[in-house]
Amino acid sequence: MEPPVNSSNHPHVEFEHVSKSYDGRTLVVRDLNLSVAEGEFLTLLGPSGSGKTTCLMMLAGFEAPTSGAIRIDGRSVHDLPPRKRDIGVVFQNYALFPHMTVGGNLAFPLEVRGLDPEQIRERVRRALELVRLGGMEDRRPGKLSGGQQQRVAIARALVFEPRLVLMDEPLGALDRRLREEMQFEVRRIQRTLGVTVVYVTHDQQEAMAMSDRVAVFEEGRVEQVAPPEILYEEPERQFVARFIGDNNILYGSVVGVDGDFCRVDVGGGIVKAFRIAPSRLGDRVAIAIRPERVSLAPKPGVYHNEFDARVEDILFLGDHLRLRLTVCGHSDFIAKIPNIVGHGAVLEGDQVRIGWLLTDCRSLEAPGQE
Amino acid sequence: MAGALRKPQLRAAALVLPLSAFILATFVAPLVTMLTRSVYDPMVADTLPETLALLHDWDGQSTPSEAVFETASREMVRAREDRSLGRVATRVNRVESGLRSVIMKSARRLHRVKEVDSWREAMISIEPEWGEAKTWRAIQRAGERITTRHYLHALDLQRDADGSIVLQPPQRRVYLPLLKRTLAVSLGITVLCLLLGYPLAYLIAHAPPRRANLLLLLVLVPFWTSLLVRTTSWIVLLQTEGVVNDTLVALGLIADENRISMIYNMTGTVVAMTHVLLPFMVLPVYSVMRTIPPLYMSAAASLGASFPQAFRRVYWPQTLPGVGAGSLLVFILSIGYYITPALVGGQSGQLISNMIAYHMQQSLNWGLAAALGSILLGCVVALYLLYDRVVGIDRMRLG
Amino acid sequence: MTKYRFKDRITPSAGAVAIFSLAALSWSQNALGAESVTAVSWGGSYARACTKAIHEPFTAETGIEVRMEDYNGGLAQIRAQVETGNVHWDVVDLEMADAVLGCDEGLLEPIDAAHLPPGPDGTPAEEDFFPETLTECGIGVVYYSTIYAYNEEKFSGSKPATIGDFFDLEKFPGRRGMRRTPVVNLEFALMADGVPMKQVYATLDTPEGVDRAFRKLDTIKEQIIWWEAGAQPPQMLADGEVVMSTAYNGRIFNAQILEKQPFVVVWDGQVLDWGQTGIVAGTRNLEAARKFVAFGARTESMAAIGRYISYSPVRRSGTALISTHLETGVDMKPHMPTTPANVARALHSDWEWWSDHSDEMNERFSAWLAR
Repeated sequence: MEPPVNSSNHPHVEFEHVSKSYDGRTLVVRDLNLSVAEGEFLTLLGPSGSGKTTCLMMLAGFEAPTSGAIRIDGRSVHDLPPRKRDIGVVFQNYALFPHMTVGGNLAFPLEVRGLDPEQIRERVRRALELVRLGGMEDRRPGKLSGGQQQRVAIARALVFEPRLVLMDEPLGALDRRLREEMQFEVRRIQRTLGVTVVYVTHDQQEAMAMSDRVAVFEEGRVEQVAPPEILYEEPERQFVARFIGDNNILYGSVVGVDGDFCRVDVGGGIVKAFRIAPSRLGDRVAIAIRPERVSLAPKPGVYHNEFDARVEDILFLGDHLRLRLTVCGHSDFIAKIPNIVGHGAVLEGDQVRIGWLLTDCRSLEAPGQE
Repeated sequence: MAGALRKPQLRAAALVLPLSAFILATFVAPLVTMLTRSVYDPMVADTLPETLALLHDWDGQSTPSEAVFETASREMVRAREDRSLGRVATRVNRVESGLRSVIMKSARRLHRVKEVDSWREAMISIEPEWGEAKTWRAIQRAGERITTRHYLHALDLQRDADGSIVLQPPQRRVYLPLLKRTLAVSLGITVLCLLLGYPLAYLIAHAPPRRANLLLLLVLVPFWTSLLVRTTSWIVLLQTEGVVNDTLVALGLIADENRISMIYNMTGTVVAMTHVLLPFMVLPVYSVMRTIPPLYMSAAASLGASFPQAFRRVYWPQTLPGVGAGSLLVFILSIGYYITPALVGGQSGQLISNMIAYHMQQSLNWGLAAALGSILLGCVVALYLLYDRVVGIDRMRLG
Repeated sequence: MTKYRFKDRITPSAGAVAIFSLAALSWSQNALGAESVTAVSWGGSYARACTKAIHEPFTAETGIEVRMEDYNGGLAQIRAQVETGNVHWDVVDLEMADAVLGCDEGLLEPIDAAHLPPGPDGTPAEEDFFPETLTECGIGVVYYSTIYAYNEEKFSGSKPATIGDFFDLEKFPGRRGMRRTPVVNLEFALMADGVPMKQVYATLDTPEGVDRAFRKLDTIKEQIIWWEAGAQPPQMLADGEVVMSTAYNGRIFNAQILEKQPFVVVWDGQVLDWGQTGIVAGTRNLEAARKFVAFGARTESMAAIGRYISYSPVRRSGTALISTHLETGVDMKPHMPTTPANVARALHSDWEWWSDHSDEMNERFSAWLAR
């Protein structure tokens, strides 16, 4: 069974207006449009219950979309049962078959494909070496550590050489150190084999570290799909701004529009910002400012936005200081100040001057904000 | 330190004391008694001690010496007076049919004989059997205080003239065929229970909780119903004039005079016992199935396995501990089953346990009943060991 | 005054003594007044005949009450009672082999024949009873026989007439009733297979003979419906469940005479036997039981049974007393198993052979049934 050759005019995976409801009333996935390129590492990121795992299960074929179409290599997979999709799946709890050895687990997908034993042995050996578990064929999964089980699960999803691999929170059960190690490992393997990976996680750092692109999910909808840097630097939605990294959010109404820029009255002053949301005069918007982009005691005239602030408290975090400020009547404004010479002399209760660039400040839509 | 440790242990031991005493009195003691009875029978040895002592030196082939005859007649007459001879004769008769009347009649006649020249002549003239070596061998064998004869009997073995153990001729074998049949029927019932119970357990394990509870209840309600009620219901259903036959006749599937005999034969036994024992299969299998995450089947499917492949290679092997436990339970229960075959088995549906009951209650050959019981117990133990060897008893899951 | 008072006064202890002795007196009187024996028999029409012929006259004569219980034979229940010391049966009707076995094993009380009533002409009991009907612990009651009977309506052409016909499924198709025991059935089988009557037990004495009997039974096994209680065969014949059945001749007689059933008795190859009455060892009513047994041993009592059911006395003096059926006036002679015409083709049951071989035969029989 030769996998169909991907013609370049189709993305590898395509979600087209896909919606899913389990009970016929609430939609867990709403009108999803998403495409994944050949060889891409795409992460579906979002809090639990945001619909990302459901998307994965629909792609794997364990769930059917309520409406819309899923295409692989341009062909709808609606009628294709999971076993015929030729997709490697790594499950959250590994789902290694406890009654088989590691070798048996890896051989299983090859045996059901009717490969001859010699070939199977060789492929199993190579797959185990790929995940650096060479020679572990005869162990029982139950006798392995969490990290080792994870590698076996990945090896099993890869051993039959699928072009698409789905991973559902595969590192969720591991401790932090092991998780970080495995992130590199998974990335390395993906790059080595050049397979397309759709990866699900709720851990934004993991998503940032591994992915070519990240799709941020919120309540069944994709808020933004972008490479990690873009997602961080240029969030298009308030949710993304809040979810990826830290952001100060100030709410206000638009008092001036000037092409790509706008002026927003946030109560205690006017903030100049990039106009991301197509807002008009008087609209409520949210202003997002990264804490590390806030400068203390700026040189006058350099920054587009300058305000007086009061230092409420200071956290010393080694390489930086974390200040909680009251700015324009907002008491939870955070600023991260690098711990470099000249910036150490701030005390709690001090009145300080802060500033930030127009380009570090984005005005986003503010749903539900009055 | 040691004392401080010992006190709670003592208390714990004291708490299980009533249970231990109960088990000792109701389980261990009867078991030991049964095992003892199957090999120990002092009746003949106590009644004819001197005869047996003299026979000890006998060559087993020729006619015994005059002293043997003299002592035997004395002891038989005495035993007849204290009315223990009947029981001795019964035991000797079990070794060699026909000797009961020889012994009883001889004792009756010898009672009146006071003086004779030769006791040998006298006894042989009363019953010529006294002149035969096999009569004396039978007395010797029945006189064994510790004996294997019940076991030989229970296994259809016998000793031939020169004392070696041989199998009974085929038409006289009673227990081996019955034992074989019991094992075969039990195996059949176990397989039937598995065939019926496994899908049922699967259904329950994979149904939504409310329906699963209902189904489980349907399995358990018969389990809670009296065995007699259930067995009687099968009689109502399966008898010649019963519901099933009536329905078949009404539907015109069979003619009125060709009603099918489904009860009072092996069919009845198998059907009723399968029903009675089904919960013992469903419950352990179900409880194991519940612990198997559905994820495994999804994983297998994602790896390219069809449902039959995934079932055979992934699901089934994981249910084996439950299947093993259920099968072992059903098999062990069915080889000792008594009431159901007795009620619905008719003639051809009887099992070895019914024969044990017969010897307990009718023929009163308790030694043989005990030997048969011990053999059955041996089968169970052997099976348990086999299971332990093959599957591992620690993997058995009863629920 | 004081004197009287003193005399009238009853001390508590004396009072207690008085009450206890009164109680004791009333208890013993009660026991005497309620003197009774429990008689255990085969049930059905035979038990009814015994009640009319023996129990009622016995109670009228002695004031001893008779309680009836039914059973299906065997020594198991008696043995259980004797061995546990909980004897509640007093007098039991037994098969010959069981009477001897029970006696040998001390389950039955010895009965001295010298104390039994003589015949009407004064002949001592020991001479008046037919040979072998008196044993150490058992007193013969009546001759009965196991015959086979058929339902006349089931055969339009030729009718079964010989014991061989019972085993002939080709000539006389249909289900057969047989008692669930090897006793009599093995004899029937051999006779049907052509073994002369005189050699039946000699044949059974050899393993080949036993095999032969079972082989003969094999030929009709599929068609046999087994019965256990004597009351079943007439019922099975009447219901049409079987076309012919072995039975006790008296039961068939009652069905013929009282219920007008179209049953016919085949006397050819009948197995003649006699019932025994024994006293259970250790009974608390030994004296009453002895009286009861002695009453039943009277020629008149035996003959009286024969006016209700077709069983004949085991005393020589009784033969002359066989008369008519009390209720219908039917002449009993043609129905009695000992009537010369009927007894000509009768096999006398060899109880001794059975007491020697019943264990072995029962075992083989159960194995054969289960096969």
